[in-house]
Amino acid sequence: MSALRETPLADTHRRLGARMVEFAGFSMPVQYSSILDEHAAVRKSAGLFDVSHMGQIHLTGPGAVASAERLLTRPVGDMRPGRVRYALLCNEDGGVVDDVTIYRLSDDALFLCVNASNIEKDYRWVVRHARADAQVRDRSDETALIALQGPASAAVIEPLTPLALPRLRRYRCAQSEVAGVPALISRTGYTGADGFELYVDAARAVALFEALLEAGAPRGVRPAGLGARDTLRLEAALPLYGHELDDTTSPLEAGLDRFVALESDGFLGAEAIRRRRAAGHPRQLVGFELEERGIARTDYPIQHAGEPVGRVTSGGPSPTLGTSIGLGYVPPSLAGTGTRFEIAIRGRPVRARVVETPFVRTVDRARPDSSPRA
Amino acid sequence: MEEYEIPERLRYTREHEWARLEENRIIVGVTDYAQRELGDIVFVELPAAGTAVEAGEPFGVIESVKAVSDLYAPVTGEIVEVNSGLVERPEAVNEDCYGDGWLVAVGVESSDEYEALLDAEAYRQHLAETKR
Repeated sequence: MSALRETPLADTHRRLGARMVEFAGFSMPVQYSSILDEHAAVRKSAGLFDVSHMGQIHLTGPGAVASAERLLTRPVGDMRPGRVRYALLCNEDGGVVDDVTIYRLSDDALFLCVNASNIEKDYRWVVRHARADAQVRDRSDETALIALQGPASAAVIEPLTPLALPRLRRYRCAQSEVAGVPALISRTGYTGADGFELYVDAARAVALFEALLEAGAPRGVRPAGLGARDTLRLEAALPLYGHELDDTTSPLEAGLDRFVALESDGFLGAEAIRRRRAAGHPRQLVGFELEERGIARTDYPIQHAGEPVGRVTSGGPSPTLGTSIGLGYVPPSLAGTGTRFEIAIRGRPVRARVVETPFVRTVDRARPDSSPRA
Repeated sequence: MEEYEIPERLRYTREHEWARLEENRIIVGVTDYAQRELGDIVFVELPAAGTAVEAGEPFGVIESVKAVSDLYAPVTGEIVEVNSGLVERPEAVNEDCYGDGWLVAVGVESSDEYEALLDAEAYRQHLAETKR
């Protein structure tokens, strides 16, 4: 195995006593103190995350927007500079290459924020399908990404930036400064909470992270790791690539209909997605809650009337609800809210019930321009 | 190396369980090192009283937010008591792993297996090697 990559904040994580784990080839903080405490901080105050492992693929030039429209499941041409949109990159079979966030920077410049595990794959995919008059550049290494997530986020950043933060609505971004560090400030996140994602030059990441920690300390802001990021996104029922999504999954099976402009013919995979829908999907992603004690983990079988019918894709405790929740694929006939099935936990069937998602509602109510991920 | 609490009066396994002899039964729990490595404990699955357990074999499961780990029996015997308080408060394992966070009591006929477990000094050595 090759050596793990580090983010520009590796020394800061060590100084803060983080426990580091491997994730998508990176050494990343999984927790600093306690996943539950960090989760609670995001729900009540705010948590500060290093998500610099995520990738940024830039498209520039006269063909940038047309290339993006060919690649992505939603229109890009109607996005004004400063708009952010969640969408999928799909292959010709309608499977998901990656789920990404599109940032429209100007008339002829945009970038995709992509999952760390898919940076190389996405880059090759974008290069292969981009027009000749668009330049594609992977700027992941030179870019750090710091997320401040939770209800106190705006109050923490506001005194540190000249930007009129209250006017920056959800899924908008603006170039400005935070604590003297030039940053693209984006009102997005992956926790189901209000919050910001700050794209900065890798060399300035430590200064910004430490300034935010210090400014947030009086409000109970704490550094938060990938462990809390995962419990938070699960409560918000946001998909994680490699769990809910992969190269074979149609975005419609994953319930991402509102992020797919199905009437459009222009994007890769559109025809296959329509064809698969017309043929009837064999499975549908659902959220469930356990009705007995136990924790549903990834890949545990889902069974109904003693027969295997599907698999858990993500599961765990919901610290906010105090229940045990999960996501998984089942046949459409078992996908209705209130439907009961069992999760086989170490061979023992544990009763579960399909519930509405998100499990925890904070922001990101279903509106056309909101996103399940950023 | 981080300092872990390793009470002198207890015996230990290489899998980070502790054992304490009380007349003809052995109280079993997980060590301070184990609870810190696991992080927030959210679920503990233990066998019912009357279940036979075998030294070195898994007898239950402990789950943190992120991970599922097996619990290994330090001695062979029969479960005579289970810490039922952990059903409602699994976090007791984090808060007091050598006290309220105990897991099970195993009835034994002799103390031979118990005597053969690691003592505090040997466990400290084992930890030092594990952490290196």
